[in-house]
Amino acid sequence: MTGRTAGSGVAVVGLGETEYYRHGGSPHPEFRLVLDAVRAAAEDAGIDPREIDGYCSFSDDRNAPTRIATALGARDLALSTMQWGGGGGGGAAAVANAAAALAAGYARYVCVFRGLAQGQFGRFGTASTSPHAEWPSSYEAPYGVLSAAQLFAMRVRRFMHDHGVTQEPLRAIALASYHHAQQNPRAVMYGRPLTPELYDRSRWIVEPFHLFDCCQENDGAAAVILTTTNRARHLRQRPAILMAAAQGADPRQSAAAHNAPDYASANTRNVARRLYAMAGLGPRDIDVVQSYENFTGGVMMSLVEHGFCEPEECVEYMTLDNFSVGTGKCPLNTSGGNLAECYMHGLGLVVEAVRQIRGNSPNQVPDAETSMVCSGPMAELVSSLILRR
Amino acid sequence: MSEVDRRAGRYLPPGLPRPVPHREGLDREFWEGTRRHELRVQHCADCRGWQFGPEWICHRCHSADLCWERVEPRGRVFSWERCWHPVHEALAGFGPYLVVLVELPAADGVRLVGNLLGDPLQEVVIGAEVEAVFEDQPDGETLTQWRRTRANESIGDVG
Repeated sequence: MTGRTAGSGVAVVGLGETEYYRHGGSPHPEFRLVLDAVRAAAEDAGIDPREIDGYCSFSDDRNAPTRIATALGARDLALSTMQWGGGGGGGAAAVANAAAALAAGYARYVCVFRGLAQGQFGRFGTASTSPHAEWPSSYEAPYGVLSAAQLFAMRVRRFMHDHGVTQEPLRAIALASYHHAQQNPRAVMYGRPLTPELYDRSRWIVEPFHLFDCCQENDGAAAVILTTTNRARHLRQRPAILMAAAQGADPRQSAAAHNAPDYASANTRNVARRLYAMAGLGPRDIDVVQSYENFTGGVMMSLVEHGFCEPEECVEYMTLDNFSVGTGKCPLNTSGGNLAECYMHGLGLVVEAVRQIRGNSPNQVPDAETSMVCSGPMAELVSSLILRR
Repeated sequence: MSEVDRRAGRYLPPGLPRPVPHREGLDREFWEGTRRHELRVQHCADCRGWQFGPEWICHRCHSADLCWERVEPRGRVFSWERCWHPVHEALAGFGPYLVVLVELPAADGVRLVGNLLGDPLQEVVIGAEVEAVFEDQPDGETLTQWRRTRANESIGDVG
């Protein structure tokens, strides 16, 4: 490897997940789910959960590190970091923040976590009940632009218009997630395969998104533990080394009333450029990709901006075959992803990216050496990372 | 009778969030404009650049000397979406409805979100010319909606 490694030698050493439920299906409140995932990750790493001395999350997480450390009886709490930005754009960024803190010596074992219990706290796909809309939502909400799908659909529509893209790439992305979920008993959509006909017949949520273009809403929790590669040598699992991570935004992507200059975009150009520069790699060097499906159209634009194909090649490149483990050059969302495994704000994608490096994915890419995660396309803040063996 | 009137004066049902001016005064002039059925966009007195949505300073030259310039309320469809799934209780049983993102050639292509009046199942063409229809609200600020410009009118002829 020619690239320098982000965080000067940091690795993911522990993975924890609760059972994944449909929204409202959890028997436990959200905080309990988080504790279960954190403890499972410590067990997986082979450390006492009291040794975790740092916590990072994203997207306005409700579960404060002080509360977690207290519940676990931790000896020290050295790091509590929340990534700015809503949605799942901060997933890889939270990992990057953990890595930076480890490299700087602020903490020894940092846990990145995410818990969601939408039965307890309300659903993402439902609009706010506020009677008023003030800047910037005053320029959208009164016109019925209220949900994430409605906020993003016009970006995708414009991209399709600019580059002659049909519905097929969106359908292929949905089919790939469901295809891989059929090998993953943990996936909420395990045993519920999707066919092209089912996709085509499914109702519109907001054109150009069918039902199956939109992520699930789920209950559950996931956690990953990072430490330095030096410490990782003495732990239980093969470390997944963080080669590179990047977070941020393209110019004026948060301009109100949909005035981002590069509108038909996933907002990942700057992130992809910095990511590859840090890794010393390009898209051809990536063996497997987990790309956050809030909506399939965002995955499509993110893959383009991460250099996997040109915009005009989407229809040709983005096929179920090409996205499937075993047949494709670009194995995508190999656990079932947000569409078919679980929507844990994308932290499940990080877990799956690590499994690919360990060699125990339910859809293992043979000899995967590099594994990419792209978090939260089209969100105001996005992030990506690359792991290696 | 306009398309707005056909639905008791409004395109979408009552009960959706009502726009209110920013509490710190950022966009007061915009909403004063729409109440008078005028479309106003921020224009930098120093670098002459247009800007929307509203900001406190010019993002190009950082001047705080921003004017609210009245612009011809005509534009082109930059993108669109047809919303089917009701995500708000006020929309239950209502849809579909059309949202358009309109760029204003008279203001360097700044964009506004609105509804496209008329048949919600109509074909929407990116690049189509539209004109504003100001939709007064009984209990709040005026909305800026859009309808297709008649064939014999062109936005090239105005402003």
